[in-house]
Amino acid sequence: MPTSVPMSWYLILSAILFGLGVAGFIYRRNIITVFMSIELMLNAVNLTFITFSYTLKQVDGHIFSFFVMVVAAAEAAVGLAIILTVFKNRDTLMIDDVSSMKY
Amino acid sequence: MYLWLIPILPFLGFLINGLFGRRMPKSMINVFAIGSVTLSFLWAVKTLVGLSPLETKYIEHYFTWIQSGTLNISIDFAVDRLTAVMLMVVTGVGLLIHIYSIGYMAHEDGYYRFFAYLNLFMFFMLVLVLAQNFLVLFVGWEGVGLCSYLLIGYYFLEQFATNAGNKAFIVNRIGDFGFSLAIFLIVRQFGSVDFTKVFDAAKPMPTEASAGILTTICLLLLVGAAGKSAQLPLYVWLPDAMAGPTPVSALIHAATMVTAGVYMTARSAALFTHAPIAMDTVAVIGLATAIFAAIIGVSQNDIKKVFAYSTVSQLGYMFLGAGVGAFSAGIFHLMTHAFFKALLFLGAGSVIHALSGEQDLRQMGGLRKYTPITFFTLMCAGIAIAGIPPFAGFFSKDEILAAAFERAPWMYWLGVFTAGLTAFYVFRALFLAFFGEYRGHHHPHESPASMTLPLVVLALLSAGGGFINVPRWLEPLFPVKTEAGNEWLMYVSVAAGVIGIAVAYVCYIARPGIADSFTASLSGLATLFDRIYNAFIVVPVVTISRVFLWRGVDAGLIDGIVNGAGSRSRGVGNILKLLQSGNIRSYAAWVVLGSVLLLLAIGFGGATR
Amino acid sequence: MTALIFLIFAGIAVFCGISLVAQTHPIASALSLIGVMGSLAILYLQLGGEFIAAAQVIVYAGAIMVLFVFVIMLLNAGAEGTSLQISNFAKYVGIFLLAAFLGLISFVIQAMLPKTEGVVFGAFRDGTALNIGRKLFTTYLLPFEVTSVLILIAILGAMVLARKEI
Repeated sequence: MPTSVPMSWYLILSAILFGLGVAGFIYRRNIITVFMSIELMLNAVNLTFITFSYTLKQVDGHIFSFFVMVVAAAEAAVGLAIILTVFKNRDTLMIDDVSSMKY
Repeated sequence: MYLWLIPILPFLGFLINGLFGRRMPKSMINVFAIGSVTLSFLWAVKTLVGLSPLETKYIEHYFTWIQSGTLNISIDFAVDRLTAVMLMVVTGVGLLIHIYSIGYMAHEDGYYRFFAYLNLFMFFMLVLVLAQNFLVLFVGWEGVGLCSYLLIGYYFLEQFATNAGNKAFIVNRIGDFGFSLAIFLIVRQFGSVDFTKVFDAAKPMPTEASAGILTTICLLLLVGAAGKSAQLPLYVWLPDAMAGPTPVSALIHAATMVTAGVYMTARSAALFTHAPIAMDTVAVIGLATAIFAAIIGVSQNDIKKVFAYSTVSQLGYMFLGAGVGAFSAGIFHLMTHAFFKALLFLGAGSVIHALSGEQDLRQMGGLRKYTPITFFTLMCAGIAIAGIPPFAGFFSKDEILAAAFERAPWMYWLGVFTAGLTAFYVFRALFLAFFGEYRGHHHPHESPASMTLPLVVLALLSAGGGFINVPRWLEPLFPVKTEAGNEWLMYVSVAAGVIGIAVAYVCYIARPGIADSFTASLSGLATLFDRIYNAFIVVPVVTISRVFLWRGVDAGLIDGIVNGAGSRSRGVGNILKLLQSGNIRSYAAWVVLGSVLLLLAIGFGGATR
Repeated sequence: MTALIFLIFAGIAVFCGISLVAQTHPIASALSLIGVMGSLAILYLQLGGEFIAAAQVIVYAGAIMVLFVFVIMLLNAGAEGTSLQISNFAKYVGIFLLAAFLGLISFVIQAMLPKTEGVVFGAFRDGTALNIGRKLFTTYLLPFEVTSVLILIAILGAMVLARKEI
């Protein structure tokens, strides 16, 4: 086992986490769980950014990752507020029941 | 000299009467309408007196209208001897007819509208007459066409009147098309439309023995003149134009507008004299029109239609005169014709007014007892038009026939025959109306003084107008060939007139009814040209429009494309709407699928290489 | 040493990720997500991103996830009716397929990348707060300001949406 970790390992990890996030996004029925899967995807992307920032020896990847965190925070706030509203109006947390936009 | 006042005064009358006339009392409308024309007439007299003896042309330049490269067109008015004659005719006869209209139109709706249009007509006609270049003349030309349309369709609630107005305007338009082409060719050939420049440039050009540029220009000018002056084959609008009020028929379709073609031809004499082919065409068309219209005039039973065909026929005489080179004779006949034809129409209007609207000759008779002034004045007009000396028509007609004989004797003989026919049908109308027993059901009464006074004035002019020696006055412009001393020409033409009157007497007073079947058989000729036009032009155009263009192209093709686009969009939309299932998880799946496709595209697109 | 730490925390991250997707109760999923975030923070530290690691723990795990937990408790979300409906075929063959797919992905990634030296803790020194602050206020000033406006809008939106009468 080498003392330094190859960069590709980080990327593979990121890909795995991203894939898990996508799976949760498609397959779960609870709105909040879907949201958390989205957060997982964002985290995976953050890891990729930091990895490449290390590889290219520049700090811009960190900056980008910082902005991703900011936007994720904003999005989480608004998204959860929407979930609250949906719950108030529809009394359910299953996204299959929120389907009144059918043609 | 302020020449521009002459047309502007009637234009002001038009504006005032047109804009405010609805609320003005009749007396005020009269003041503006009659007053403006009177002032215009007086100013014209003053101008002519001031400019006499008018050896050279007096030109007033106003402003440049179009300046494009080397082409320079300006608004100029000019007076020379020819303009002087036309000015007097237009303003003088126009004034008399305006006075007459006070009485005739007294009971009509839209009184102010009539006088507004009439004033507008005077404005345009005066612009036409005073113009110093072809384009300003064309402006007046078009304007009188417009006023003719407005006035023929004066009773706009009658379908027949509006149709007649349309017909007049459209047929005029065909003539105007020829006129426009002529103006284009003039610009191309001479680089200007100014009369002085064009005619001076044309003088040294050789006389064209075969068709050349000048012949083409003159033939196109003839097309325009034929449309405006109702010559074959564009005369068809004039008989229908009788749907307008009688003063309109008198002013526009007898004395002034229809003479614009003759005036224009006389004005362009410098061009015509260089194109003998065109001159002969003018003469032949004039002669043919004269005979054709005279034959139809024999068969008509409406008093106004008789005089309408008579106008067409007499205009043919004027063109005959111009075509054989006797331009001054043509203008002379224009003037005398204005007198006696206006008188005939106004008298007919008086008769119609006396009979409360009856226009059919077969319902009249014996009116000389009831309307003596009208009878007397109309007899003066009849004698004048028959060419009996010393009344006006004799002098002018004789000049034309003498010149025709110089050109070609057969033209003279046909002209004499037409003169006989003219006398015949005019006196047929007069005898049917004024002699015998009254065959109608109304109560005839004489017309008011406002109507009979112009009749009397015109009768005096018809009687004595021949002594105004117009050809000598116009000699600087149109050199008169010395007479060859053929006295017998004169006697023959007078004899033809007398024979015509005598035949009419026999047919309608001595032995009434013997000619009726003959005259009735000729009535089919009246609609001949209308039927030809209908068959060859109207029906094909309407059929193509209706079947091909309307149903085929518009409804089928264009609507099909538009509706087809709509239904195609709807079809696509119907398919695409299935995406909107409302199920959020399927949306999520689509998102993932889209991103995968995007990644594949990037990957295979070589972005990673 | 570096590799060991990486393997341990990568394993924790993957485990927590699977648990996030597979658990029925949202609270369990939230706790798994916190676990993911924590292990990722360690990995950021390894990569020299000390500021980002701290921000991850403070903002992400400390604020956002707490918000999530609050909402779950507020809504009294219970366990989902049925867990993932997986057929036997998917359970066994699917796992195998998934593993194969992941192996393939890793092989492709490894082959595509240029050969660089591996990651050593402490090799990247530029991830300090000082450096990031400098960059933020010079090169990336505009996005910085824009995101502050974005946060303002998000606050407004959340306030309006979460009212009693909407």
